[in-house]
Amino acid sequence: MIRIEHIKKSFGDVQVLKGISHTFEAGKTNLIIGKSGAGKTVMLKILVGLFPPSSGSIFYDDTDFIGLDKKQLRDLRMKVGMLFQGSALFDSMTVEENVRFPLDMFTAQTKKEKDDRVNYCLDRVGLNNANKKYPSEISGGMQKRVGIARSIVLNPTYLFCDEPNSGLDPKTALVIDELIKDITVENNITTVINTHDMNSVMEIGDNIALLHLGELAWSGTKDEVLDSDNDILQDFIFASPFLKRLRNKAMGLK
Amino acid sequence: MKSNIFYSFGKYLGLLGQAFSKPEKLSMYWKETLRQMDGIGVGSVVIVALIAIFMGAVAALQFAYQLNGQLIPMYYIGYIVRDLAIIESAPTITCLVLAGKVGSNIAAEIGGMRQKEHIDAMEIMGINTASYLILPKTIAGLFVIPFLVTLAAVIAILGGYLATVPTGTLSDVDYIRGLRAYFVEYNVLMMYVKAYVFAFILVTVSCFQGYYVKGGSIELGKASTNAVVFSNILILLADYLIAVILTV
Repeated sequence: MIRIEHIKKSFGDVQVLKGISHTFEAGKTNLIIGKSGAGKTVMLKILVGLFPPSSGSIFYDDTDFIGLDKKQLRDLRMKVGMLFQGSALFDSMTVEENVRFPLDMFTAQTKKEKDDRVNYCLDRVGLNNANKKYPSEISGGMQKRVGIARSIVLNPTYLFCDEPNSGLDPKTALVIDELIKDITVENNITTVINTHDMNSVMEIGDNIALLHLGELAWSGTKDEVLDSDNDILQDFIFASPFLKRLRNKAMGLK
Repeated sequence: MKSNIFYSFGKYLGLLGQAFSKPEKLSMYWKETLRQMDGIGVGSVVIVALIAIFMGAVAALQFAYQLNGQLIPMYYIGYIVRDLAIIESAPTITCLVLAGKVGSNIAAEIGGMRQKEHIDAMEIMGINTASYLILPKTIAGLFVIPFLVTLAAVIAILGGYLATVPTGTLSDVDYIRGLRAYFVEYNVLMMYVKAYVFAFILVTVSCFQGYYVKGGSIELGKASTNAVVFSNILILLADYLIAVILTV
């Protein structure tokens, strides 16, 4: 579980986050949603420690993330996996080497143990014939899968995904969503996903936080989305005229 | 402007401080160092050899032209080509060329990793990215560039021979006599001091330019250009300072 309290972040005179408090639960897919410029990416980067917050607290279970020294931070990061929007696979390494990289860097496992773990993770994301290929030789969807495999190879307790569906067709996006959801439940991971994909919201939104102009505008589950009378949420979810028509039809409205 | 230079210099020193800290896992750093040695060293042999051979050949021909009809004996050509190669042209010209070839490559590689979030990915894994990306390159540069400089000195002397002896400008006895005349071992030491200092400058300055890239392809291009320009300026400045310190 990750708990944030009164997180604020400013860049110069611009306040991007205005005191956000929220809890991301373990074993659930926690979604941060919002329009472009709402502060989602800044929020995610603060959560993983790439940006320091201007003020506020972050707790990884009972550990105060902000107060950690370098060694403690490194130890905690062993428990963190992250899937980047562009996958961030190392171009000079094969698929197998990319997934093996954290094991090589941080474990004293034998070659066989590493091979087994790499093959398990690649198998888990449905990629067992691409070990020797380079990232440039595989599709965007496959790159996302490799990114997921690399992010789970050290058995993380916390998993962060930045726009996991961007650039993917709806069907592949759904497969990636389900994969993240399954891995989260199987391993009781605290997964935080930054997205503005409505399919993701409605499919895997166990715990949703809507950011609007740097503030937490709404939070709840996917089942509560349709019943909510929060205007900002409704405007965001049913942004297109097509979806608005669908909602009105479902509700028997004109 | 002045404060910008001090700020950048402080940032550069800070980055070096992070880079020269204890590696997470020695074997991974060693593997990366070997990869960099291949890129910097093996990948640069041809260009260094090509430039060195013309450097020596042109120097020999120019001095032959200057000395023609003078009272100075012609075997001095071999002596001048040798000392010019060892003291100045092999370390300085080679490192200026490498700043262009290797420096721009390093800045583009690290800058590209920054833009494609590779560095962020490593940071989140808990890796000291400054150390992992800069230390192996610096060690590789310090190991390989002095070899390239040595190779350049030898090939430049060979270039001088090829430009003068087969063309009849000078006999091989005279050229070799010149090469063996007035040899001062201290000059070789000076060559290696320059080679190590210039290698350190060109690798670390290029890493610095790449590591802090922000923005898109235009900024990456600028970082690559800055890596070459600043490395060249600092190499020439260091060349002057070393000359002052070691020849006083």
